[in-house]
Amino acid sequence: MNTLNTTVTSEAEMPEENVVPVQEEKPAETVIEEGKTVGRPFADDAKFKLRNVEVFYGQDRAIKNISLDIGRNEVIAFIGPSGCGKSTFLRCLNRMNDSIDICRVKGSLNLDDQDIYDPKRDVVELRARVGMVFQKPNPFPKSIYDNVAYGPRIHGLANRKSDLDDIVENSLRKAGLWDEVKDRLDATATGMSGGQQQRLCIARAIAVSPEVVLMDEPCSALDPIATAKVEELIAELSESYTIVIVTHSMQQAARVSHRTAYFHLGHLVEVNETNKVFTSPEHELTESYITGRFG
Amino acid sequence: MTDQRSQAEIVRQSLKRRYRKERRFRAYGILAIAIALSALVILFADIIGKGYSGFVKTTVTLDVQLDGEMMYIDDASDERQLKMADFVEPLIQALMKEIPGATEEDRDAVRDLINPYASVTLRDALQANPDWLGTTQTMTFLTHTDVDVYVKHGDDDAYSIKLTEEQQAWVDRLLEQGAIDTSFNDVFFSNGDSRDPSKAGVLGAIVGSLLTMFVTLVLSFPIGVAAAIYLEEFAPQNKFTDFIEVNINNLAAVPSIIFGLLGLAVFINLFGMPRSVPVVGGLVLTLMTLPTIIISSRAAIKSVPPSIREAAEGIGASKMQVVLHHVLPLAMPGMLTGSIIGMAQALGETAPLLLIGMVAFIVDVPDGFFDSATVLPVQVFLWAGSPELAFIERASAAIMVLLTFLISMNALAIWMRKRLERRW
Repeated sequence: MNTLNTTVTSEAEMPEENVVPVQEEKPAETVIEEGKTVGRPFADDAKFKLRNVEVFYGQDRAIKNISLDIGRNEVIAFIGPSGCGKSTFLRCLNRMNDSIDICRVKGSLNLDDQDIYDPKRDVVELRARVGMVFQKPNPFPKSIYDNVAYGPRIHGLANRKSDLDDIVENSLRKAGLWDEVKDRLDATATGMSGGQQQRLCIARAIAVSPEVVLMDEPCSALDPIATAKVEELIAELSESYTIVIVTHSMQQAARVSHRTAYFHLGHLVEVNETNKVFTSPEHELTESYITGRFG
Repeated sequence: MTDQRSQAEIVRQSLKRRYRKERRFRAYGILAIAIALSALVILFADIIGKGYSGFVKTTVTLDVQLDGEMMYIDDASDERQLKMADFVEPLIQALMKEIPGATEEDRDAVRDLINPYASVTLRDALQANPDWLGTTQTMTFLTHTDVDVYVKHGDDDAYSIKLTEEQQAWVDRLLEQGAIDTSFNDVFFSNGDSRDPSKAGVLGAIVGSLLTMFVTLVLSFPIGVAAAIYLEEFAPQNKFTDFIEVNINNLAAVPSIIFGLLGLAVFINLFGMPRSVPVVGGLVLTLMTLPTIIISSRAAIKSVPPSIREAAEGIGASKMQVVLHHVLPLAMPGMLTGSIIGMAQALGETAPLLLIGMVAFIVDVPDGFFDSATVLPVQVFLWAGSPELAFIERASAAIMVLLTFLISMNALAIWMRKRLERRW
């Protein structure tokens, strides 16, 4: 019993992601004021304008009155302990929560001043503009070429085979995968390594030239080398896309993002320039989290 | 330290018991499989042992003298004369020549060795070759069923031999001479049912089964898959959907004879469709197979990983595109497997078909979906209930044909699943 206890404490001291949350250490005196976010949640040139967003799963309020701007060509990282609502919030941005029957979204969510949740709005068009990369690499069980060409095909972006070839090549080049796969575009995508699969998923997402790419823990299933490649890729993509990335790794948030948003139990606690969040957090919950006092 | 040692001690003591449990459990498993396998072996041994002789026919080869005077015929191209002519006499004369001891008084006994249909065979041959009249031809005919039974089962007490001792002696002699011989029973595969066991075959039942299965497949697969896709992907989650779900599961458990009654009441009595036809049989079996196909298709759709669905939705595929491009291709092996197993069930189904009249005695091979027909399992049922022992071996032979179909269908299901799954 004794030895077991020491391991837990020593692990908890490291700012790592797979830490068992030690409930007792949560500072009980800290009260989160609903709808109150410290730092700089708003931007001048906003791509997304999100105001008073609330998400319910049945009776459960998963997102509690969050207001946030996401700037054009900005990389913003969402961090926070497991179950804090960052993925749920991310999935509101391209209405991926629609397929969950009990999920309801309230508040105003605008993309370029158009309401995302307008009932008349076509979700297919929205998702063509707001692409998504998932936690687990999920290529289609088809060839590498078909994976990348799928989006352009269903949206009718290429009329000729040569146009489609160009789109595929450009997307794979942008994803840094072209040199590795150009000789085996007909091979099945599921035969690639995990890191390659994830980069293929990114290539697939950018093949339809979206304006925003949402990434839900894109590196959590990858080894450090593959992670480094994907991070490099995110930095390159940030020149032409707005990127929202959910991550459990604070180092990753620090490396790739311009701004970082800290979520806690459905609240958006703090948003600020990334280096500011990690060097001098304004909210004590943020500080506790980044110093690893709880996971 | 003492604590640790005692813990290791406890573990070691429990190990023996754990391993014993494991061995016992493994023995139970082996025993269960052994029982199942031996039951299967006994079943197959019995069916094959009884049925293999069904694949053998007994024939007699004769030099038939086609004498116009004896047959009361002078022009073999004249239809009317052919109808009136006596084709039995040349056969009797030819056989008498092979049996040295036979006299005129034995005519009837000699005639009873030849199949009643042999004269028809002879007439057809002469009609096809009118210039044979006046010549002597070497031809092979089926023997009488009694001879067939004696040749195949002469030393088997289960079979009653109807030949007299004199006839038995003749047949033994002819066997030695090689005039009577056994060969592969092609008649069994080229004829429909018959009152005469030697002439009875399964072709009618095979064709009837194929026609019925075709109707069943064409109707049940698309309807079943469409229903499964709707229920899984598009149906709203409400009480009504739950009600449908529960009832599909209930339908799968309904005894098949009920579907036969339904078919009789609805298709035949209400819609006035003809009896005994493959279309009605196919419709009834469709109703019976649908729940199986829907349930297995839904399971196949459910097993498609949600990540693939999300991936397609994330790019902006519409619901229909997600289903058609991703869910359906991935679920197809499972759907096909379920459907083939459902079809195999339908192929072996007898009870509902009895009620819609597919149990009738039908000699002709059906030539369409609206022609009277029977199916393999019903043919087995008919023959197995026949008092004539010669039909019993044919029933077993028909079971073997049916089993061959079923096993090849299941093999096809396995092969398809293996092949289509490799893409994943």
